[in-house]
Amino acid sequence: MSDLPDSYLEYPHRSHGMDHDRYDWSMMVKRAPIKWPNGARVALWLVPTVEWFPLDMGGGPFAIPGGMARAYPDYWNYTTRDYGTRVGIYRIMKVLEDLGLKASVAMNSAIAERHPYLVEEVNRLGWEILAHGVDMGHPHYGGMEREDEDALVRQALGTLRDVSGQAVRGWLSPIRSQSANTPDLVAAQGVDYICDWVNDELPYEFRTASGAIHALPLANEIDDQQMLVTLGQSEADFVEQIKDQFDWLYKEAENGGGRIMAISLHSWVSGQAYRVKMLKEALGYIAGHDGVWSATGAEIVDAFKE
Amino acid sequence: MASEMKRDPGLYDYSPLFDRPKITWPNGARVAFWVAPNIEFYELEPPNNPTRKPWAKPIPDVVPYAHRDYGNRVGFWRMMEAMDAAGIRGSVSLNVAVCEHHPEVIEACVERGWELFSHGIYNTRYTYNMTEAQERAMMEDVIATIKRASGQDVAGWLSPSLTNTPQTMDLLAEYGIKYTCDLFHDDQPQPVNVSSGKLISVPYSLEMNDIPVLSMAGNTSRRYAEILKANFDQLYEEGAESGRVMCIPLHPFLIGQPHRIGPFAEVLQYITGHDDVWVTTGREIADYYYEHHYDTVAAALKAKRGG
Repeated sequence: MSDLPDSYLEYPHRSHGMDHDRYDWSMMVKRAPIKWPNGARVALWLVPTVEWFPLDMGGGPFAIPGGMARAYPDYWNYTTRDYGTRVGIYRIMKVLEDLGLKASVAMNSAIAERHPYLVEEVNRLGWEILAHGVDMGHPHYGGMEREDEDALVRQALGTLRDVSGQAVRGWLSPIRSQSANTPDLVAAQGVDYICDWVNDELPYEFRTASGAIHALPLANEIDDQQMLVTLGQSEADFVEQIKDQFDWLYKEAENGGGRIMAISLHSWVSGQAYRVKMLKEALGYIAGHDGVWSATGAEIVDAFKE
Repeated sequence: MASEMKRDPGLYDYSPLFDRPKITWPNGARVAFWVAPNIEFYELEPPNNPTRKPWAKPIPDVVPYAHRDYGNRVGFWRMMEAMDAAGIRGSVSLNVAVCEHHPEVIEACVERGWELFSHGIYNTRYTYNMTEAQERAMMEDVIATIKRASGQDVAGWLSPSLTNTPQTMDLLAEYGIKYTCDLFHDDQPQPVNVSSGKLISVPYSLEMNDIPVLSMAGNTSRRYAEILKANFDQLYEEGAESGRVMCIPLHPFLIGQPHRIGPFAEVLQYITGHDDVWVTTGREIADYYYEHHYDTVAAALKAKRGG
């Protein structure tokens, strides 16, 4: 064993609040209740993700869940993920369209570049595009060069805006990984809400070098990849926990103010044929309640600001 | 420093379940039931410890950091309400820096008569590689901080992020800590062999802990509830012969999620709805054990050793 320097027992940020300046310490139960449009109890925020995992994405600073994991050419992983962009996302679109629900689709800019048809469909459905970086082989991470990251941010937002014609106000990092600079770089390009910080259930103010934007946390546990792939749970488990999540939020909203039911979906996970029934049941259950507001992330942030 | 590894921790004697002195609890209770929420603070940019990296990914590792912050901002308050509804006082496994960062959380605990016990300074500061002097300094900091924040004398100890040194148990006994939660070898308190003074282990189960059960084994919320009930049922049955301890160790960032709190709140109602359950705290279990059982058990162990 090597001895630790005594500085290991020094705690420079040990004082009231957080140990950084990005946001203030705040307890959800102590805040004034928020009101959603038309007195809705729960804002339903659906975030299907459409991702491109390049065949040559290489190792990078850490393993990317869903990334290439076998010797080149790893058709196993490449095509399994690509299934989501050709088949899965269209099944998800149909389920949502049939239920009259909208979404914020988290999209790599490589998807917009490679598949403009998919972007047209997103626009036809009135879905919002949430920037999801360039592709899954280009994560943002601590220690990367600022100018390299800035170039990725500009490329992602520029392409998504050009192809879709949308303002693209929201940002979700690939695998939700950020560097210390990410919030500043995306805010400098006009992003006004980010979704990676999962420390809350409601929007809150987040400081950047370009002024305050909002964090709109995208629940990391109510996530098809987390439940079905990482934890290996079943479709019935998914439905049960979505219902339990919704029921609790719906109940709390009666006295506690508006809540957000955020569901993160991945087109290569929930878009599998055998999971469509699961998706219909879970989302149909929520949509069957009064006082549910199907909203995009931007709409939720705007309503919160009012 | 102990550079040689032992093959056996040497912290306790072998004692088979059905060949020991009978353990009783107040009012003839069969099970001493306690709930131990871990109230934690993980630093965004902690210093490195050569034995263990604080975060898996390069700093800032946003998702796990923020997930844990969720526990204090959101999850804690839901968990507390469920415990209040079942009449349960928590025994808090506390990263004591929370006293400075989030005194509002500590005040809510103290108001309710909850026990605060030690879980180190931060969950991102490990005991690994500390010299004895450093480990003493950390322990003195913990004891002083909890005293200042709550008026309580620390009775219990769960090492920060479950990181120990070979001298940890001896030092705890020397500082007057009554019980450790770092040993998972039993469903009853047990004497711990220390170089001076006394120390016992109080059961704090990793099998009932929400992190291993939910995040590592991938169980659902309702399956977790089934596990907790089944564990309680068996201990309650066995407790008719000799008292048992059941602990539910919790993390508000997991159990306070909306999809988990409902099934969990039902478990608390289920357990506390039984007649012969002593709903208590770690400190009370330790005190009762020292007063009524420690000497008997220690003598029986000594006799078995042929002493």
